[in-house]
Amino acid sequence: MTEMRFREAVRTAIAEEMERDASVLIMGEEVAQYQGAYKVTEGLLDRFGEKRVIDTPIAEAGFAGIGIGAAMVGLRPIVEFMTWNFSAVAFDQILNNAAKLRQMSGGQLEVPIVFRGPNASARQVGSQHSHAMEHFYTHIPGVKVVAPATCADAKGLLKTAIRDDNPVIYLESETLYSLKGDVPDDEDFTVPFGLGRVAREGSDVTIISYSRIVHVALEAAETLAKEGIEAEVIDLRSLRPLDEDLILQSIAKTHRAVIAYEGWPYGGVGAEIVDRIQRMAFDELDAPILRVTTLDYPMPYSAALEQHCIPQAPRIVEAAKKVSYRE
Amino acid sequence: MNERDLAIEMYRQMKLIRRFEEESARAYSMGKIGGFLHLYIGQESVAVGANAAIRPDDYTITTYRDHGLALARGMTSRAAMAELFGKETGCSRGLGGSMHFFDAEHHMYGGHGIVGGHMPLAAGMAFASKYRGEDRVALGFYGEGASSIGATHEAMSLAALWKLPCIFICENNEYAMGTSLERSLSLTDISRKADAYGMAKDRFVADDVFMVRDRIGAAVKRARAGEGPTLIEVRTYRYRGHSMSDPAKYRTKDEVDDAKQRDALYRLQHQLEEDGATAEIEKADAAVEEEVQDAIKFADESADPGPDLLAPTTYKGEFAR
Repeated sequence: MTEMRFREAVRTAIAEEMERDASVLIMGEEVAQYQGAYKVTEGLLDRFGEKRVIDTPIAEAGFAGIGIGAAMVGLRPIVEFMTWNFSAVAFDQILNNAAKLRQMSGGQLEVPIVFRGPNASARQVGSQHSHAMEHFYTHIPGVKVVAPATCADAKGLLKTAIRDDNPVIYLESETLYSLKGDVPDDEDFTVPFGLGRVAREGSDVTIISYSRIVHVALEAAETLAKEGIEAEVIDLRSLRPLDEDLILQSIAKTHRAVIAYEGWPYGGVGAEIVDRIQRMAFDELDAPILRVTTLDYPMPYSAALEQHCIPQAPRIVEAAKKVSYRE
Repeated sequence: MNERDLAIEMYRQMKLIRRFEEESARAYSMGKIGGFLHLYIGQESVAVGANAAIRPDDYTITTYRDHGLALARGMTSRAAMAELFGKETGCSRGLGGSMHFFDAEHHMYGGHGIVGGHMPLAAGMAFASKYRGEDRVALGFYGEGASSIGATHEAMSLAALWKLPCIFICENNEYAMGTSLERSLSLTDISRKADAYGMAKDRFVADDVFMVRDRIGAAVKRARAGEGPTLIEVRTYRYRGHSMSDPAKYRTKDEVDDAKQRDALYRLQHQLEEDGATAEIEKADAAVEEEVQDAIKFADESADPGPDLLAPTTYKGEFAR
């Protein structure tokens, strides 16, 4: 184990996989000479050279598509979006090319590519730079979507993503980059997709989350504990595939669920989880499931209003009490 | 292959594409083919000439008007027709249809339905070739309608910046669906778009399939030598509507008849007849006729794909749900 920051864990995964496999490369805006807009790729240019660590112009559709075309004929590119917001202009490439090539070729093609970068809110970056894009991408059959909350998972999930033969959407968080945590040194350490983890055990209510909000949920759980409610916090890690078993096991124990994540309330990952729970564990539920999401507005710039819109621990506490009939 | 044998072979390919598509139009009107059907009739010399300019291991990718390139690259008529019929024996196992012909063995990477969306993929294949230190080139075909969309330009911009072995072949058939060239582009000399990216360019009319081969061949030679991409505007014409549902009321019969006077297939046929190759032409025609009829029969008799095909073609390995 080595203690490192989240960004270093991402970098370590990239470096180890580039070392292991010559077909792995990374491209994106400012990933090479600038050393990464968020310093995720710091040092990679020196280590691997400009052939494999590639600065691109500001042309997301172009370089995402080049990555997909290269993957289609055998390379394993990692495409960095400076933030996931900018993937919107490359959405057609992901939706219509990365996710479709295998199916519409009758299974002849594979597209082993990873798209990665920071997702969801940062700090006062305004409405166009604060999107939680997983709600768009999890909708698409043909891609996988993962969102680590810890440093170890950041490394393990990214290594799995790079080794996967399907397109993978890998979501980081700007406000997690400086998080410190223990990360296994083993170069073959990977975290399989489709397996969540219990971030905190509890018996009274299940709080389901992923990415940065896992930490907010843990904070809420501490508050709840002081009031005699033991919350179980689930870190999904992987959104597509989704760990149904882990969710259902926890619901069978607590009979109550709150789903907390960034992104708007209409549809999305939370609504999908609600659907699965009500279908598969209807008789286990003692209360309607509640969701704690970003409020239903474009993200405001004002620090006060931004914090008002983003899911906060008190809102999770309130929801957990409500499903526990402890208002 | 000597030039005379090549001429006969290119004649056979062009004739095959034409007869294949005439018969597919017939099958469409009989309800055997669903969805969209975009015919390449009139443009055959572009795909056939381009194919003659490259090696079997070079990469090719094109638009939804893809039957011609697929057949030129070596896809069997059976696999092509069965795909139109939506059958499991089709080139994409009935999952792609007319717009999504794929044949990885012959390095035909589709068949794409979003205008211009496939051009970054062309550049991506060229990127892979350069990354691996190979000398394979990628040919990316698009219509002049795709000259207006961003993905085409981002692909050209990056390919030129990185000197990728990619040839951008704009098949200018004068109509973006029903919108004429003059009504869709402020600059109707599309080859000049290359200037914006410092890219080599060329522009010619595709009446002569040997010229198509030679002019594209020159760009291929440059790309193989590491001299970067080329934008080639090939002037051509489609005799049929945009798709089967298009009566083409936006142009006159005279205009279409005039274009047919310059038909590259008949021009080559005429040249071959003058060269005393009448017997070879008759032989090729008979073989084409037999192949197309066999393909129709094969497609008709093939089975529909089953639902068990859906999951393994969506994800490799375990399904992600």
